[in-house]
Amino acid sequence: MTTAATVVLLPFIGAVAGLLGSRWPRGRSRTEENNARAARRAAWLAIVPLPVALVLLGYLVWRTRVGPGLDWPPGTFYADLLPGFRSGAWGVIETGGVPITVGLQIDGLSVLTAILVCVVALGVQVYSVGYLRGDPRYPSYAAFISLFTSAMLLVVFAADLLVLYVGWELMGLCSYLLIGHWWEDRGNSRAAVKAFLVTRLGDVAFLFGIFTLGFAAGSFRIADVLAADLPEGTLVAATLLLLGGVAGKSAQVPLHTWLPDAMAGPTPISALIHAATMVAAGIFIVARLFPIFPQPTLDVLGVLAAVGMLGAALAALAQDDLKRVLAYSTISQLAYMAAALAAGSPGAAIFHLMSHGAFKALLFLCAGAVIHHVGSNLLSHMGGLRRVLPIPFWTMTIGFAALVGLPPTSGFFSKDGVLLALEHSASPIRLLLYGSALITVGVTGAYATRAWLRGFFGEQAPLEPAHGHAAPPTMLWPLVVLTVPTLLFGFLGAGDLALGSAAVTLVVGLLGVAIVLAAWRAAPAADPARLLGPFRAPCEEAFYLDRVYDRLVTRPTMALALLVVRTDTSVVDGAVRGSGQLTLRLSRLVKLAQQGNAQLYVTGLLAGVLLIVVGAVVL
Amino acid sequence: MNSGWVLVALLAVPLAGAAGLLAPAFAGRVPRLYGLVVSGLALGLAAVALALFDFSAPQRVQFETDLAWIPGLDLRFHLGLDGISLPLVVLTTLLVFLCFVYLAGRSAAPDGPGVRLAGLRPRALVFTLLVLELGMVGTFVALDLLLFFVFFEVVLIPMYFLIAIWGGAERRAAAVKFILYTLLGSAVLLLGLLLIWSQAGTLDMVALAAAHPMTRSAQVLAFLAVGIGLAVKTPMWPLHTWLPDAHTEAPTVGSVLLAGVLLKMGTYGFARIAIPILPEGAAVVAPWLGAFAVVGIVYGALACLAQRDLKRMIAYSSVGHMGFVLLGFATLTPVGLNAALFGNVAHGLITGLLFFLAGAIKERYGTADLTELGGGLLTRLPYVGSLLTFACVASLGLPGLAGFWGEMLALQGAFAPGGELSRPLYLTFMTVAGLGAVLTAAYFLVMLSRVTHGVAAEPVRFADVRRAELVAWVPLVGLTVLFGLWPGGLLGLTDPVVQVVLGVP
Repeated sequence: MTTAATVVLLPFIGAVAGLLGSRWPRGRSRTEENNARAARRAAWLAIVPLPVALVLLGYLVWRTRVGPGLDWPPGTFYADLLPGFRSGAWGVIETGGVPITVGLQIDGLSVLTAILVCVVALGVQVYSVGYLRGDPRYPSYAAFISLFTSAMLLVVFAADLLVLYVGWELMGLCSYLLIGHWWEDRGNSRAAVKAFLVTRLGDVAFLFGIFTLGFAAGSFRIADVLAADLPEGTLVAATLLLLGGVAGKSAQVPLHTWLPDAMAGPTPISALIHAATMVAAGIFIVARLFPIFPQPTLDVLGVLAAVGMLGAALAALAQDDLKRVLAYSTISQLAYMAAALAAGSPGAAIFHLMSHGAFKALLFLCAGAVIHHVGSNLLSHMGGLRRVLPIPFWTMTIGFAALVGLPPTSGFFSKDGVLLALEHSASPIRLLLYGSALITVGVTGAYATRAWLRGFFGEQAPLEPAHGHAAPPTMLWPLVVLTVPTLLFGFLGAGDLALGSAAVTLVVGLLGVAIVLAAWRAAPAADPARLLGPFRAPCEEAFYLDRVYDRLVTRPTMALALLVVRTDTSVVDGAVRGSGQLTLRLSRLVKLAQQGNAQLYVTGLLAGVLLIVVGAVVL
Repeated sequence: MNSGWVLVALLAVPLAGAAGLLAPAFAGRVPRLYGLVVSGLALGLAAVALALFDFSAPQRVQFETDLAWIPGLDLRFHLGLDGISLPLVVLTTLLVFLCFVYLAGRSAAPDGPGVRLAGLRPRALVFTLLVLELGMVGTFVALDLLLFFVFFEVVLIPMYFLIAIWGGAERRAAAVKFILYTLLGSAVLLLGLLLIWSQAGTLDMVALAAAHPMTRSAQVLAFLAVGIGLAVKTPMWPLHTWLPDAHTEAPTVGSVLLAGVLLKMGTYGFARIAIPILPEGAAVVAPWLGAFAVVGIVYGALACLAQRDLKRMIAYSSVGHMGFVLLGFATLTPVGLNAALFGNVAHGLITGLLFFLAGAIKERYGTADLTELGGGLLTRLPYVGSLLTFACVASLGLPGLAGFWGEMLALQGAFAPGGELSRPLYLTFMTVAGLGAVLTAAYFLVMLSRVTHGVAAEPVRFADVRRAELVAWVPLVGLTVLFGLWPGGLLGLTDPVVQVVLGVP
């Protein structure tokens, strides 16, 4: 247990040391020399914890390779691979209600996911050294990545739902801080706020879901919740609430709109947080709690996934911004994982999560190298880059191959695993899921090919003068290293390959590739997105969902806020001020009786006596 | 062993400090460190209380002093500390000390708009703050209802002068509104306390909480009176409108103490008087309290979203946060009460820090208007900007920082309300409060985006954090992180008391 705690704490210590110690003791001075020294120290503090954590995770693999295991979940590759299970706690927080257990648990799912997190984080940290060279705020940037890594590891290892929630929200904060890293640009700042708020909306539902489970089971410990015999109604309500958080974090319909905007952040952040790890947390949590997910919830998840995967893939086909292409692709691939979960196969979902984590991080880092060179995110500013950027070209080609699902990349095996699960599932919406997934395979082939052709082939676009510098080796090494899991990880699942189903998937994918290739050959200068015809504009705008939300949520909220301010001044405080004025007026009235005029007093006295006398006589 | 001297000394030190200032030797020139030393002594005494406190039995009243005060009326000078009041006493003495640290740094600064505060009548300022400390500490240690009320009132006068003398441009109106509004609330509170006295025949809080001698209808009436009196102070929507004006006009130390301590006196009253002494009244009124609380959460958040002044925005954010605290009380569950007491302390730390930062920004820019501030604070004042980001993130309830536990546990309390409270009603409260939490995040992030991000209109950089400012702020940051990561530290103190208060077997 201490090992797992150390793994979680190592990047956390790195983050704290990096934030407080990078510029120490010459904190105020912002000379070039000091900045460079701070950046060097920050880089060491950020990178060193990760290899150590990976070594410790290797030890955990060894510890969990045999039981004593839980029987569940049977047949998932991670439970077969690492059946061990351990958990421990360092204390219980008595809150007066259901207590919170400060504890961690280790099993195959958490160890494998943690390895993915640490590998991608290591690659991204090394890559960032080159990518953010000369940025005076590099120390805080690197520290926030470390903090994020620690938070994600906490989510992965947490044994208690509320401890998990702590890590869950911290990831959201780091995502916010890192998307807004270049905050001088208002657009980045807006994107960061949007990402935080949309995910937080989902997280409130997620928290209520945790309450529902925790109060019903009498404990927030994951093991207790899974073991408790809860009524079906409670489970449906709780898991539907959890889906809110899942949809927010994993960018699923209808809370996916923050992810494409999040591409405003530095590209390594997109690779780490918005492709490989944080967005996978939603899938992870469903897999973690899978035994309590009842069929109705899974069906809802399935419908959202079926809509999301195709819609996002179509949107990816029409984007001109390379990073937005990859962002929509991430939404679409996450929907595959969600579909596998809905089909009742968490094993296939997690397998795809891991292979996707590796190849999507690779794709983003390649895109970063390309953008670094070109100085623009737009595909229309690229072209002919295969000769100038040979390493990014080859590594990105492998990444795209994995995205399309071409053998022998990991994407081929994992995507086939998902489709196989959909084909053979007992879900009532099996046909919808399978059909949508198959069409999406074709569209994926099309948008991947389009981005590949537009980026690396054709005429080389003229570069802006300020750019065109070669990528430093710290940016190239992570690319090469990440191709290894992209090419080899899939063979872990090679045993489960079903040839017939794989062939169908491959043919559909290649069909998508072929259509775009043909269109491009016919007119190499034109964008193959024209194939979409009249649907191109809606796809490019992602079906106008952002505008709908703006009309339905953002503007009414702001109008309501203005109304509240006006009400507060005129009505609520108006009553207070009015009561003051009323008192003053009353006092003026009373003052009339006390103006010092003796005649008036005597008149009043006589009138009073008269009144009493009349009263006495009449009564 | 009688350790009652600690609390007596805790009251005597600020009193003696204030009285000492009347000595003719201090006319016109008061040593710069005078206030620092006196409040430091008080903080030291609070630390002694913390060290001597028996943490194994926080529900027991410790450091007790029980003397006859006005025997004819059966009034007693009854002081004591338990797990509810200990954190608040420490918080109070800490914040007062930090305010003096901040002031000491201010008078050392060469010139600029900041000098006015410390330069104008320094002796009166120190005197005012020490009397304020006396009243605030006294409120939290008093165990006699009338003694509580006396201290409760003692606080108002120095705060009035603090706003009226050292405040901003509109200070007179704000100070008058503050004192009239809160005095009116106090009058209602006094009526409630007298009702309790007439019905129960005693004013001793410990005896009253143990016996509950009142009839149900009398309890409801007393709870209403006491509750309204406390709700003005808290403040509860719609009795909050004195707060934004007072905060906007008050000097920085005034805002810090107002938000950090004065508001807690209202909520402390609920935990100490209204709920333990009048349980049946509480059960009847609780749904109303909860309704006003959640309206306050959403209303406060919406008001913040369209606010144009930084200090005013933070003031309205207090309305929202106190809404969460009141919601916690309204659930009448142990977890809800713990949430309220936790949220109390967390709000004191975080909002205290926020007002310090707002004051520092206003001092440098000469305005707190969000439009005039423009953007790019992080370029012009990197450290202040980073701290502001931290404080806002803490205030919006991020897990791992203190603000989270109060909010989360209050929602948990509403998920399963106590006694015979209607569950669907409280589930509605919970949902609305949850949306309020999203809106809270929204206004803080929008404000950060407007102020700290973007390009500064003028590239001039101000003097960033001064040493005294850093010394004043770091403890608040540290405690926010500490209680965020280790909520057990506070919950362990309050939970046993709360269990006794609610009579949980």
